[in-house]
Amino acid sequence: MTRPPVVELVDVTRSFPGPPEVQALKSVNLRVESGDYLSIVGPSGSGKSTMLNLLGLLDRPSVGEYYLDGASTGSLDEEQRAALRGGKIGFVFQAFHLMPHRTVLDNVLLATLYSGVPRAERESRARAAIDRVGLTHRLDFTPGTLSGGERQRVAVARAVVGSPELLLADEPTGNLDATTSGEVMDLFEELNADGLSLVIITHDRAVAERAERSIRITDGRLLELA
Amino acid sequence: MRLTLRRGRSKNAADATDALDATDATEAPDAAVAAVEPGWGAPPVMARADRFSLQDLLVEASYGIGAKPSRLIMTTLGTVLGIASLVVTVGFAQTAAGQIANQFDAVATTQVLVEPATARTGGGTQVATGTLPWDAPERVERLAGVERAGLVADVDVKDAPVTSVPVNDPSAAALLSPAVVATTADLLQAVRGSVVTGRYFDAGHDARGDHVAVLGKRAAEQLGINRVDSQPSIFIGETSYTVIGIIEGVERRSDLLDSVILPMGTARADFGLGAPAELHVQIATGAGALVARQAPIALSPDGPENFTVTAPSGKSALQDDIQADVNIVFLILGGIALLAGGLGIANVTMLSVMERIGEIGLRRALGATRRNIAAQFMVESVVIGLLGGLIGSALGVFAVVIVSVVQGWTPILDPWLAIGSALLGAVVGLAAGALPARRASNIEPITALRGS
Repeated sequence: MTRPPVVELVDVTRSFPGPPEVQALKSVNLRVESGDYLSIVGPSGSGKSTMLNLLGLLDRPSVGEYYLDGASTGSLDEEQRAALRGGKIGFVFQAFHLMPHRTVLDNVLLATLYSGVPRAERESRARAAIDRVGLTHRLDFTPGTLSGGERQRVAVARAVVGSPELLLADEPTGNLDATTSGEVMDLFEELNADGLSLVIITHDRAVAERAERSIRITDGRLLELA
Repeated sequence: MRLTLRRGRSKNAADATDALDATDATEAPDAAVAAVEPGWGAPPVMARADRFSLQDLLVEASYGIGAKPSRLIMTTLGTVLGIASLVVTVGFAQTAAGQIANQFDAVATTQVLVEPATARTGGGTQVATGTLPWDAPERVERLAGVERAGLVADVDVKDAPVTSVPVNDPSAAALLSPAVVATTADLLQAVRGSVVTGRYFDAGHDARGDHVAVLGKRAAEQLGINRVDSQPSIFIGETSYTVIGIIEGVERRSDLLDSVILPMGTARADFGLGAPAELHVQIATGAGALVARQAPIALSPDGPENFTVTAPSGKSALQDDIQADVNIVFLILGGIALLAGGLGIANVTMLSVMERIGEIGLRRALGATRRNIAAQFMVESVVIGLLGGLIGSALGVFAVVIVSVVQGWTPILDPWLAIGSALLGAVVGLAAGALPARRASNIEPITALRGS
């Protein structure tokens, strides 16, 4: 059988009760196929945060349906959504959000707590993920002693340790200079080449243009750029 | 290496997905419509057992608690003080009530009397149902709270006269002979007597059955003996006994003052003494109930019911009154201190929630539920409270014991007070953590993650 899209938004509207009522997303339709590499760009206030919240199962659409990996998410309760989020979605953030007092290994292990990785496999998978991002020599370092690029790679390792279907990156290069930013993007592309679906939300035109597909959000509406 | 990013789900999840694949294969996979049908990955199958188990919760909470040791000390301090003051006030109230009652009747609260139980026979006479063993003092002295013990028995001298000089003076008025009593060597202290002159006999006299006697003060006057350095003798019948001491002040058995006192062994050898009549025990304040329960068992493990014990009760109406008066004032003070401690925990936990907004957002994004987050902060707060409770309770108990030792009091502390107040610390932590935990669980993940 054919694989269903990793993400499918059908007529999704997200409105925030007013007054005045604000529609952050208006009848949005989006398909992200398995292995897609997609960037979402748009000015502040255009609905990017809302989009990220919805895609990451941190918020629910007011109207419409969100199918993650072919399954409807609308009828799930909070607990099931959290389980799904831990197991199928990896997040990477602009501010890295590493725990300052914990080692690289412990930071990556943190993600395995919630994602349903069996206890016996946790450490070996965390080590494999760190190895995958090329930081094996930094296992016992704390984030404070790492460079910005290395920190973001730790965050990527943390995002992929639970073997997600979808990697959501929110301005992943926002705190990095051009060179390290390129390195991190190379890493993302390697992961994508291995089959991971990738959605990057960014301001950075250079980053957005590297993606196979690019989507612009303006005033709550999506526009697929050719 | 190529990481198994895509299909590396846990075994359970993978199996379940395979099963779903099989059922799904026959249907047209129209994702949009198939939403209500079992489609890919629906319902979400996760290995529940390893998602943030209790063990994970405790480990994460311990990280949070241990992250800032200096702050932890400051946070615990409030609870430590509150619990300690509570334990100290209640402990002192209990101890003081014991001491006050003690001063009113120091003798009554430290004296236990054990006698063989009696039963009425068909003929109407009282008979003893048991006998005190000869080694009764050694048996009870091993018990906690017993300080000294001694035996007393009335000696039947078969109307033999007790005189200081064996003279038969037909013209003299007939005097009632003083009573003859046998005791063990420790009895004098057990009944709080003191020696006027000479000495009391010892265990050696007792064991050898020496012909020695000690006189009660009034018996000595009656017999015309007032000094012992000349080694005066008295006669019981035809047998002479060397007087080695004169005693007074036996509050518990004032009849001893009118008696001639022989060592137990001597009385057994010379008069065929059958069994001791009374066991006098001097105990520590407050040990009455305990000794009353244990002494009969120590004396006769197979027949403890064969003894009657007269012991001071643990409590008196007076004691209760005093305790109530003392407690109400100090309990309020302790409660206020505890309230301050709880507010301290609430404050610091709230501060910690605000500082860790990023961490909370991250955990939510990684798959933590609101409940997971709330539980983590609750556990942190409860552990901090319990820690404060344990330390405070220990400090309080130490304070009560040390002050009591210095003052020469008997510390009286209910063990449940120590255990309960430590747990009270945990309850304070629970109450204090509720609001911060609620706040933490309501944090919006993306706002938190983008904020910093």
